[in-house]
Amino acid sequence: MIGAVELGLIYGVMALGVYLTFRVLQFPDLTVDGSFTTGAAVAAAMITAGQSPVVATLAAAGAGLVAGIVTGLLHTKGRIDGLLAGILTMIALWSVNLRIMGGANVPLLREETLMTPLRDAGLLGRTWFGTLIFFVAVIILKLIVDWFLTTDLGLAIQATGNNKQMIGSLGANTDGTTILTLALSNGLVGLCGALVAQYQGFADISMGIGLILVGLASVILGQAVLGQRFIFLASLAVVVGAVIYRIIIFVALQVGLDPNDMKLITAALVVVALLLPRWGFLKRVPSWRDMRGGRARVPETKGA
Amino acid sequence: MLAMDGVSKTFFPGSVNERRALEDVNLQLDTGDFVTVIGSNGAGKSTLLNAIAGRIPVDAGRIDIDGTKVNRFKEHRRATFVGRVFQDPMAGTAPDLTIEQNLSLALLRGRRRGLARGVTKKRRARFVEELRALELGLEHRLKAKVGLLSGGQRQALSLLMAGFTHPRVLLLDEHTAALDPQRAALVTTLTGRIVEQGGLTTLMVTHNMQQALDLGNRLIMMHEGCIVFSADEKQKKTLTVEALMSEFGKIKGATFDDRAVLG
Repeated sequence: MIGAVELGLIYGVMALGVYLTFRVLQFPDLTVDGSFTTGAAVAAAMITAGQSPVVATLAAAGAGLVAGIVTGLLHTKGRIDGLLAGILTMIALWSVNLRIMGGANVPLLREETLMTPLRDAGLLGRTWFGTLIFFVAVIILKLIVDWFLTTDLGLAIQATGNNKQMIGSLGANTDGTTILTLALSNGLVGLCGALVAQYQGFADISMGIGLILVGLASVILGQAVLGQRFIFLASLAVVVGAVIYRIIIFVALQVGLDPNDMKLITAALVVVALLLPRWGFLKRVPSWRDMRGGRARVPETKGA
Repeated sequence: MLAMDGVSKTFFPGSVNERRALEDVNLQLDTGDFVTVIGSNGAGKSTLLNAIAGRIPVDAGRIDIDGTKVNRFKEHRRATFVGRVFQDPMAGTAPDLTIEQNLSLALLRGRRRGLARGVTKKRRARFVEELRALELGLEHRLKAKVGLLSGGQRQALSLLMAGFTHPRVLLLDEHTAALDPQRAALVTTLTGRIVEQGGLTTLMVTHNMQQALDLGNRLIMMHEGCIVFSADEKQKKTLTVEALMSEFGKIKGATFDDRAVLG
């Protein structure tokens, strides 16, 4: 159980990234499936090559950042549909990740990682004090995201997702804000990949598969529980959602389901979370419907 | 302040859908000029505004704002000079952001947006002052999301956001057309006040003849991509809706006659 909460908090970093694209920018970004593994791969490769784990983890975030920029450029400058742009980067990253790792799997056994001090102190997966450390770390990150979104630049990013025409007419370069958001989001996802690899002790080529659904499940579950009326609450909700998701998976495994069933469980979870509010339960998740119902979307003005 | 010289724009050139939206348009606006633009649907009014705002590139001619040729400037760069209000009341504001956040976004029109706090005490004080002038009570609702406001309130806010940073040129594209008569009258009054107080150089497209006469010091009429009628300050004062309608009829009749002859 403690392990599940810890893992949930680590995945909260990824959920914050998905929140930035999916909710703030209203851009369904599939790059994360690839950039998560990229982060793990970069961190694992650098740690096994003898680099300090701090440098390796930062480099992993940087690699995610670059992946996000690629998707952003494809979408804005290349005018490729957002979903497709993400898929293209994700698929391309599969090969890149194999190159980085030099194989399908890199074990981190007996390597010095960010988790080593915690593990040596006997805090990892055993005591709630260890969990508290993860909690504080992810909350600090969340507060940074909150702060960023209320700066002039952050407001421009929010407006880009909310009403692109308006913020364009106010002189913000919407291509720039879109690319920046994708970069930051995937930077967080890459960072999360690095942390997960160090936590579980290996990087694996398939660890990112279906991750976007985990991210969506976290965002939707969390905001169903806490709502998303203010940024402070919305970003807290995605972290909480990531923990709830891990606990659900933990329980599912406890009742005897196979780890191989988890992708199906995840998909079912997302579907249920999306359908429930439409059937009148969980009235607090109106945002998804709004996204498609058009409250936030503004029709393009017609020429002449 | 604004100068258009021989500006032309053709949509879908060379295809069956080819449409000449602007044909050799020449237009000069001095600082503080407020020109109302009328014309039937498809006359090229919106294209004219879109060309100035940089939303669409023009095929020929040059556009100068404040002595700078802006043809090559993209929309977001031209926004430094150009403020806009759209027909759709939903288009000019971000619904999920608060009133003060929207105003902050507008305050930085065309400037660099960095990591400074978006809504500061100082800015908030200014917003209260600006909003009070609208007399809609919005100064008490700074933290309300704009999506909660009515169409009229949103359009008034859009107008404030477009005008309060004193853009070189203000473009109003049928900005009262989607409002009920009462709200439209309110926004019309506000338009007159904001433009006058700011001394803004303004171009306003409208379908409402009375509004076109009530506001502004000059008037132009467009038809099939050309400016076919233009009234200066003195002429505009003597114009009536009837006179405009007959002018309108004459132009339509003339094109009809030409076609009849050619056909």
